[in-house]
Amino acid sequence: MISSQTFEDPGKMRDYHYTGPVEHRFSPYAFNGGTVLAVAGEDFAIVASDTRLSEGYSIHSRDSPKCYKLTDTTVIGCSGFHGDCLTLTKIIDARLKMYKHSNNKTMTSNAIAAMLSTILYGRRFFPYYVYNIIGGLDEHGKGAVYSFDPVGSYQRDTYKAGGSASAMLQPLLDNQIGFKNMEGVQHVPLTQDKAVQLVKDVFISAAERDVYTGDALRVCIITKEGISEQTVPLRKD
Amino acid sequence: MALFQVSGFTSYLELRGQILPAGQTQLVDRTNHYNFGTKTQEFAVPLGVDPSGFLKSCNRDGGVCIDLNHGTTTLAFKFKYGVIVAVDSRASAGRYLASNDVNKVIEINPYLLGTMSGSAADCQYWERLLAKECRLYRLRNNQRISVAAASKLLCNMMLGYRGMGLSMGSMICGWDKEGPGLYYVDDEGKRLSGRMFSTGCGSSYAYGVVDSGYRDDMTVEEAYELGRRGIAHATHRDAYSGGVVNMYHMQEDGWIKVCKEDVSELIHRYRKGMF
Repeated sequence: MISSQTFEDPGKMRDYHYTGPVEHRFSPYAFNGGTVLAVAGEDFAIVASDTRLSEGYSIHSRDSPKCYKLTDTTVIGCSGFHGDCLTLTKIIDARLKMYKHSNNKTMTSNAIAAMLSTILYGRRFFPYYVYNIIGGLDEHGKGAVYSFDPVGSYQRDTYKAGGSASAMLQPLLDNQIGFKNMEGVQHVPLTQDKAVQLVKDVFISAAERDVYTGDALRVCIITKEGISEQTVPLRKD
Repeated sequence: MALFQVSGFTSYLELRGQILPAGQTQLVDRTNHYNFGTKTQEFAVPLGVDPSGFLKSCNRDGGVCIDLNHGTTTLAFKFKYGVIVAVDSRASAGRYLASNDVNKVIEINPYLLGTMSGSAADCQYWERLLAKECRLYRLRNNQRISVAAASKLLCNMMLGYRGMGLSMGSMICGWDKEGPGLYYVDDEGKRLSGRMFSTGCGSSYAYGVVDSGYRDDMTVEEAYELGRRGIAHATHRDAYSGGVVNMYHMQEDGWIKVCKEDVSELIHRYRKGMF
């Protein structure tokens, strides 16, 4: 029995009851699930995503991570419609190469964020159905997270969750990293090890309660030494 | 063709090119895979469908839910010592609160501010484009653009895409040769000059508060308090507004950022008069 409770109706199954003649139209979008998370620290950034690719009731793949490396200091996480994720990352890669060839330097994280905003807005009337989060180091070496909506509105954050389990993860991050709604707690800055552990715990919780999240977790840790990746198994059911 | 030229018929794209300030932007059905829209800005449009209804129809088809960041209260008023601009900081996507600390004031230059309400992406994009046009004006004409001209540029950008589903309500505030300037521009192409405006879903609450406390000869501190109260009370009653109050004061020698205060703390302070 399908529960009628959803946070924001992502990938809601169609209701099968008779309502009279219904016009079926081709929809250019599909919802492929997946959750992405990014956390920025003092001198590091973490971008993590699950690796499940689903559609409706089926799982297409258990090994389809949603983090894409853009430069040595920037990783983007894209969730939503997988077709648009692939096209968008190809367009970003092409634009990065064009910038490198014209300006003889790699794009910085905030320049990539501003560019992505205009790329997404160029499809304002026929959007890319992708929720993007960029994680990386800014020019001063500090961690930066930029979160986007599907048509390009963006802002810099300290942490952000996007995708199907975002509404479950964001309050947890608000509490653990932002210390919101807690009284008498010391605001300690986040260390890299604690942040990685928190990300793993938070995804384990998401996999428990969100059907579209699970299988495995891919964590990309961005520091000035480079990008290191870890894969952690999650629930496969 | 001879008849085509004699009839004086101008194609739609040419007309748009004359209206829009920054040269031609094109409506295409897919991205140009050679320039990727770097030379001229391109907008992709779904074929054969009315763009403003397209997103809504996708949402109904089940499975897909594209919600865009929305919702605000902003207010601005002129008084004896300049212009006060106060905004909230909440962005909602459908029922989900996307963020509680969005910056809804764009600092175009030290003498011009723009506020954002409605769809976050529309406001950010067009006001960033306006900032670019203002900078180009400054470089070409060796003097700063007037508030009237800046608001007119934004208004014409909106008119170019009227009816296509954009949602933007903005106030352009500045100080130029004519003194303090305040214009309201929205996505329908409306452009009004006035002494006091409030936009967004919480605007009615803000109007009530500011109208009851406004005097032209207020002191600066009284004006700050009025702006704070307007936003705080609006966020208290409107579900789609909240976060912090960001307040700016436009003076003769430029704007200053006055404060960034959490609305829940403000409401606690005002509590004695409320309950």
